[in-house]
Amino acid sequence: MTLTTLNRPSLWTSRPFGEFGDLQDEIDRLLDEPLAELHGEFFTGWAPPMDLVEDADNLVATLEVPGLKKEDIQVRVEDGVLSISGERKQDEKLEKAQAHRTERFYGKFHRAICLPKPVKVDAVKATYRDGVLTVTMPKTEEAKPKQIEVRMG
Amino acid sequence: MNTQVKTERHHGTGLEEPKYMVPKVDIFETGDEYLLQADMPGVGKDGIQISLDSNELTIVGHRTASREKAAASCTYLHRESAPVNFRRAFVLDPIIDTNRITAEMDQGVLTVHLPKAEKVKPRLIPVTD
Repeated sequence: MTLTTLNRPSLWTSRPFGEFGDLQDEIDRLLDEPLAELHGEFFTGWAPPMDLVEDADNLVATLEVPGLKKEDIQVRVEDGVLSISGERKQDEKLEKAQAHRTERFYGKFHRAICLPKPVKVDAVKATYRDGVLTVTMPKTEEAKPKQIEVRMG
Repeated sequence: MNTQVKTERHHGTGLEEPKYMVPKVDIFETGDEYLLQADMPGVGKDGIQISLDSNELTIVGHRTASREKAAASCTYLHRESAPVNFRRAFVLDPIIDTNRITAEMDQGVLTVHLPKAEKVKPRLIPVTD
C-alpha cells in the first residue's frame, strides 16, 4: 500500500518539491498578506530619490519629483521628522492617446526622513525647480557648531 | 558637403568616461504625432541637448552644476540620487517628419513632439461621382 501513496499524482507529478512547495506557498502567503493591506495606502511603487545634506546653518533635503504641480506637493516638519507627500497626475489630454511605452510613475508618493538635528520649524522653506523639491531647514542655535575659545589658565 | 568624421576613441580603463543614466520615458501616439516624455529631474532648459543623426534621436540632459557645487561644501547625511547626467537614444520610425520635431522642458520633464508626415496622417477620402 505504501507504493500507491508515493505514486499519488498530487505529490509527484504536479509538485516537484513535494510538501516543501506547499510550505513555500504558505510562507509567501503569510508574508504577503499583511503587506498587501498596507500596499494600497503607503506603497504605490514610486519612491522618489531623496538626499539629505548638512552645512553650517541648515539641513537641506532634496527630492527628485519631476512633472508635478506646486499645489500637489505637501511638506511637513513634525516631531523631528520631515515628511513629503504628493501626487503626479496624468495629463488628461493623453488619457485617450495610445501608449507605446509607459515607464514613468503616476500616482501618490510619500517619503519621510528623521532629522538628526533640531530645526527651526517656522523658518523651513521649500522650493520646487526643474522637477527637484528642495527643503531648507535652518538648524536651531543649539545644533550649530560652536567654536570654543581656549583661555590660558 | 560635410566631411567631418566623428571618431570616438576609448583609451585606458574607461573610468574617466562620463557616466550616464537612462531616463524613464513614456511614448504616446495621437492622430497627428508621437509624443515622448522623459523624466529628467534637476535638468533645466539649458541643460538639454537633442540631436538627430539620420533617424536616431539622442537626448542628453545635463544636471544643473550649481547643485553639485553647493553639495561640495556640505556633508551628505543620506543619499539616494545619482550625480550623473541623462542620456538615451531612440530610433525614429520613418513616418516621422524629422524637420518639424519640437521639444519643451517643464519641471524636469522633457516633452518631444514627433509629428507624423502628412502622407501617413489618417484622413477622410472624399467620394467622387
